[in-house]
Amino acid sequence: MISMGMMRDVWSFRDFMKSSVQREFQSRWTGTQFGPFWIVAHPLANILIFTVIFAQIMKPSLPHHSSKFAYSIYLCSGVLTWNLFAEMLGRTVNIFVENASLLKKVHFPKLCLPLIVIFSNLINFAIVITLFLLFTLIIGDFPGWVLLAALPVLAIQLAFIVGLGVFLATINVFYRDIHQSVQVVLQFWFWLTPIVYVPATLPGLVSRMMQWNPMWRFVDAYHGIFLEKTLPQWSTLVYPGVLAVFFVWLGIFAFHKLQGEIVDEL
Amino acid sequence: MSYLRIQNIGKAYKRYHKRWHRMAEWLGMKPRHELRWVLKNISFDVVPGEAVGIIGVNGAGKSTLLKIITGTTKSSNGTVETGGRISALLELGMGFHPEFTGRQNAYMGAQIQGLKISEVDNIIEKIKEFSEIGDYFDQPVRTYSSGMQVRLAFSVATCVRPQILIVDEALSVGDAYFQHKSFNRIREFRTEGTTLLFVSHDRNAIQSLCDRAILLEHGFLIKDGNPEEVMDYYNAIIAEKENATVKVKRLEDGRAQTVSGTGKAVVSNIAILDQSGNRVEVVDVGQVVTLHIEVIVHTWIKRLICGYGIKDRLGQVMYGTNTDLKKQELLNVPGGSHIIFDIVFPVNLGVGSYSVQTALCSTDTHLVDNYEWRDLALVFNVVNISKTHFAGCVWIDPEIRISSL
Repeated sequence: MISMGMMRDVWSFRDFMKSSVQREFQSRWTGTQFGPFWIVAHPLANILIFTVIFAQIMKPSLPHHSSKFAYSIYLCSGVLTWNLFAEMLGRTVNIFVENASLLKKVHFPKLCLPLIVIFSNLINFAIVITLFLLFTLIIGDFPGWVLLAALPVLAIQLAFIVGLGVFLATINVFYRDIHQSVQVVLQFWFWLTPIVYVPATLPGLVSRMMQWNPMWRFVDAYHGIFLEKTLPQWSTLVYPGVLAVFFVWLGIFAFHKLQGEIVDEL
Repeated sequence: MSYLRIQNIGKAYKRYHKRWHRMAEWLGMKPRHELRWVLKNISFDVVPGEAVGIIGVNGAGKSTLLKIITGTTKSSNGTVETGGRISALLELGMGFHPEFTGRQNAYMGAQIQGLKISEVDNIIEKIKEFSEIGDYFDQPVRTYSSGMQVRLAFSVATCVRPQILIVDEALSVGDAYFQHKSFNRIREFRTEGTTLLFVSHDRNAIQSLCDRAILLEHGFLIKDGNPEEVMDYYNAIIAEKENATVKVKRLEDGRAQTVSGTGKAVVSNIAILDQSGNRVEVVDVGQVVTLHIEVIVHTWIKRLICGYGIKDRLGQVMYGTNTDLKKQELLNVPGGSHIIFDIVFPVNLGVGSYSVQTALCSTDTHLVDNYEWRDLALVFNVVNISKTHFAGCVWIDPEIRISSL
């Protein structure tokens, strides 16, 4: 289905993708005085708000946690990984439509476009998570080697986003409503995931139903790693893992089936 | 090997009556679309080094064909075999990012054609040099004039000699100097063996660049042969369309042909004939031709004057006269007469497209009795075959005497 030739085509455009990722970052700071500083400024502001405001001023407390930063870590680990999901999905969905004029004029592997978004979002995420880890080091709450367990969780999460993203991006060429609805759905989805609140506060039935939200499983695993410093319960990740495989298959299937018509419809 | 083999190419767009029909089809329901064919059974071969012009009115399927050859869109059936790297100048200015400098955009443009960073490093100075935009090369593209963008886009698209070059009317933009420069580059590529596919409405460009031309009409390939022949055929098709009975007609290039008058006398046939009496549409500079005007008089006319004017493509009259000024008026012309005016003159005009306007009236001006006034009655082209190259719209060949004291 996804042939070796296709992979080779994409690979031969790696220089183009590399430069495009660079360009994504540069375009954010061209014309500004402080340049790269602004890339760091946004996540830094986020982390500062979560820590200073929530930990020092509002002083919410988590059950079983004495550290005054416990809630800050809870919030950050959820929000930062959620943002990776939301931003990556939000951009990928519209990627073919956004680049319509390029796709119509130049022949190149179309799959490069979502890959560029994914890589530039990943780099951005790396910057953000580094800042967050620095913060945990400063307050003495660095998770230590458990951190490595975040990698497989992240990998499953990425597969889930990429699969879903490519699938929706392909459909979005024909039904532009997808792009609009994704933005709306993401807002609900955020509140259906225990990022700001603690699942223990929910009634048992609601809590059990919401376990079917794959993002719940990911965020839950990150909470464990960053806050409790424990390995995730791998069995909880089987369901999102299966879902990820399904969406990757669906994404490739839809793209493969419809890629010939994409340019005609743009 | 830079050959190109197009076999039985067809392209149909799916047309759905309702938007949700497509969705229904995806979900496995019966097909609900109609196919709208824009190309059918196109087959032709291009041998390495050949230059082929593609002609056709707007909507004939030229652009779709090029898109299929370059691979941006897929054909519904048939195969395209290409023997080498294709570079396409479909529309210039592809995806330039206004905030980035010319240099950065040049890198992106070259990379999207599949070049590696190291390869671009080697040619970036050549791109800069060819575009002749100087220091602007390191300025953001948003500060460029449209001409500069075209220059940059052309130099990026042709930075490496492609095995197959596809040009879609892109060269008609930009100033004359750069047009020449880009034509020269294309000619150079040709001598080095690049195969060329060239889409244009410009007769001169097709005839001077191409070895062969193909004509598309309603998605079919209807003629394949030498450029002049195909071009004449093409003009004949357009002429046929023009000869409908409507009074105001929209010509191929968007100009409107207007016919007005009482109709007491009308031009029934008009042509430019060469010295052996054959109808021609392309005339060499300085060639002696006959403007052949046949007039049918429907009712008795006291005094008949025939006038004509030759206009350039902008509508400026190059020359005009009439039988009143030449003291050749016809008096007491009976109804039913068929009169022929053969006007012989040398075409001392510059290279370009010209039109002939005719007037049938009773006096020097058509304001008294206007029997028929016909704009754009005939269109012809002047090409320079036998003379040395010159500038301008008239042929005033000098003898230049040089001496020293």
